[in-house]
Amino acid sequence: MTSLKKLLLGEQGLVVIFALAFAIVSLTVPNFLTERNMLGLLQSVVTIGIVACTMMFCLASRDFDLSVGSTVAFSGMIAVMASNATGSIVLGLLAALVCGGFVGLVNGVVIARFRINALITTLATMQIVRGLALISSDGRAVGINDPGFYQLALSKFLGVPTPIWVMGVLFVTFGFLLNRTVFGKNTLAIGGNPEASRLAGVNVVRMRIWIFMLQGLVCGIAGVLLASRITSGQPNAATGLELSVISACVLGGVSLAGGRAAMAGVIVGVLIMGIAENVMNLLNIQAFYQYVVRGLILLLAVLLDNLRSVAAGRRG
Amino acid sequence: MQDFLEFKSISKGYPGVQAMSDVSFSVRKGAVHGLMGENGAGKSTLIRVLSGDQAADTGEIRIGGEQQVYKSVRDAFHAGVIVIHQELQLVAELTVAENLWLGRFPARAGVLDRRKLIAVVAEKLTEMGIDVDPAAKVASLSIGERQMVEIAKAVMVDARVTALDEPTSSLSSRESEILFSLIDRLRANGTVILYVSHRLDEIFRLCDSLTVLRDGKLAAHHSDISQVTRDQIIAEMVGREIANIWGWRGRPLGSTRLQVDNLTGPKLPHPINFTVRKGEILGFFGLIGAGRSEMARLLYGADTRSQGTVTVDGTTVTADSPAHSIRAGVVLCPEDRKLDGIIQGRSIEENMAISSRRHFSPFGILNPKKEGELADTFIAKLRVRTPSRKQHIINLSGGNQQKVILGRWLSEQGVKVLLIDEPTRGIDVGAKSEIYEILYDLAAQGMAIIVISSELPEIMGITDRIAVMCEGRIAAEIERPDFDERRILAAALPDISNANVLPIQQVQSR
Repeated sequence: MTSLKKLLLGEQGLVVIFALAFAIVSLTVPNFLTERNMLGLLQSVVTIGIVACTMMFCLASRDFDLSVGSTVAFSGMIAVMASNATGSIVLGLLAALVCGGFVGLVNGVVIARFRINALITTLATMQIVRGLALISSDGRAVGINDPGFYQLALSKFLGVPTPIWVMGVLFVTFGFLLNRTVFGKNTLAIGGNPEASRLAGVNVVRMRIWIFMLQGLVCGIAGVLLASRITSGQPNAATGLELSVISACVLGGVSLAGGRAAMAGVIVGVLIMGIAENVMNLLNIQAFYQYVVRGLILLLAVLLDNLRSVAAGRRG
Repeated sequence: MQDFLEFKSISKGYPGVQAMSDVSFSVRKGAVHGLMGENGAGKSTLIRVLSGDQAADTGEIRIGGEQQVYKSVRDAFHAGVIVIHQELQLVAELTVAENLWLGRFPARAGVLDRRKLIAVVAEKLTEMGIDVDPAAKVASLSIGERQMVEIAKAVMVDARVTALDEPTSSLSSRESEILFSLIDRLRANGTVILYVSHRLDEIFRLCDSLTVLRDGKLAAHHSDISQVTRDQIIAEMVGREIANIWGWRGRPLGSTRLQVDNLTGPKLPHPINFTVRKGEILGFFGLIGAGRSEMARLLYGADTRSQGTVTVDGTTVTADSPAHSIRAGVVLCPEDRKLDGIIQGRSIEENMAISSRRHFSPFGILNPKKEGELADTFIAKLRVRTPSRKQHIINLSGGNQQKVILGRWLSEQGVKVLLIDEPTRGIDVGAKSEIYEILYDLAAQGMAIIVISSELPEIMGITDRIAVMCEGRIAAEIERPDFDERRILAAALPDISNANVLPIQQVQSR
């Protein structure tokens, strides 16, 4: 019993749960373990997966970002509108990145420099940015003029769609950033004890601004890919994304109290979210029930986080 | 009159420290009894035991001849013991009247009797001469008015014993006078009052009798305060035999390494000036709240300076952040290790390398091998007791955590000025000596070291020179040959002339 507990609450606990879930699902759900379904599954988690990379940094430094869903929708919209207007897909991409980065910069400056609570700040920007997306499109979907734009989502490399490659590259990049760079270590240190980090010479304000900016940039990337996949800029796209992303991170062992994060965990967390949805679709479970299941998964994730903290003997 | 409040052989230990051993004394009914002692002498421990906050290991407390057994603050409250702490315990969002009734609201069938709530309090406050509106929210009152409300609470519940812990530390002189007249009233009602203060003039003004604690033991008990002098009390507070755990040894001092000119900050309005030479250990002594840590934080750039220049080796340091200070070779080991020092949840290795890794991480990419070597080097050098460098820092003892923080700065290489605030707080004796040895070694290598400590023996034991701070100023600077406990303590105690207290009906000139 205790060894089982240790296994589930330890560092590798999540991987164990994932492996178990994967094996059970593969054996019991028809059509699950096929190349086609696997690629579909991965493609369905691209948005969550990409945004989770930076959300992990955000949470690890004891911050929070609710504005990601709106930013993804807004930057996707901007990408479509800018490329339609200029006739250049590259300019559209750049515009989306600038847009996402700017939202992140605003978040970061307000939160870190003016010391406003991250939850409140991003709750505000979440609504502002969603509003901007609706205003700029007059509330309607904006169609893509240049068919080349579709290719971002449709093109394949070695049989795997580009968005999945992008997600993979970002996983590797941010995993490296977290584990092998001063930036990553400082992120974890800030989350562990912000004041002690500051007194140890870490520029906490600048770090936090950078983290939010990266978050915004990455939302820009996710927005472009999403727009390309749904072949238009949709002002109502990616609603509720922030919750899925945070769920995935927490499920992946990122502590909401800050100071603890692992890229591998987050990837597994993302996949668990994806599998749950994919399986429910394969089993023809009504969409209404999917909300309940998603909520339950989040609840379970937080409980697991709490149990793990208690097991690790951490206070607070 | 008979002894009303009696402490019998009270002892209390915390892990690693015997905070109080075998303290016995008693106080007459209707007396104001002073309780004095240095920081850490055991005053707070005694108050905690009296208030039911913590149980004594052995010994008993008797009130009116009955032995008291409390399991909680609530039990003590019901036994008629009220403790007024430095941090006040009122509910800010409730009114004065509500606070005074808290826990026993007047009600009929569960419905609040609002008229009684206000009327009784208004009457009592007028009677006590406290000019506070009973319907006002506590949040709208000044600190002094809140203190009055706390004391009114003691009067309202007919407390048998009232303990006040440094009550005037945040009061103006006028408020202090009102407080003193309230205390006189309590005394007239026959309440026993235990009065903890650092201010000798207040002790003489108010108290009938006095107990002096030192190192958790009873140093002196005076049942009639008019038989004692100020000098005698100071001598009793410090008079200890000095065991030689310090191991101080002289070393050649070089040229001026650190020069601080007119340093001021929001919490430190009076300009601070001093210098430290290469190889010198300068101690900062003072009572809690004298401004020592504030000075260190300003110097380090942890708080924003209002004014002043800091010069290291002739170069002005424009430190507006710790990061800048570190680059200029000025580092700080903070007072509260847990809150400001260690990064909980991370390893020893990461805690050590957090600052110095920038020297060997090209383009911000880590060099784990180098980091590991560095951690192992300083674990060995500073004798950190741990199974491995991967150990989480939270699992180490206080002494070992302090060594890791020292390691953090030693791995920086170019450190010129080391500020270390309460270097051995919560650290056992063996580790203390090791930390002192590390400091001597660093000084011998030419580092200028500033040690801040509330422990007089420590500061006298390990430093070459002492700057005594009192109420935000450097009140005295004393060289090692002239170290004298009485002189240092006298400089640290706020004096009548600058303590902001009204002209006092001096008992006698002493």
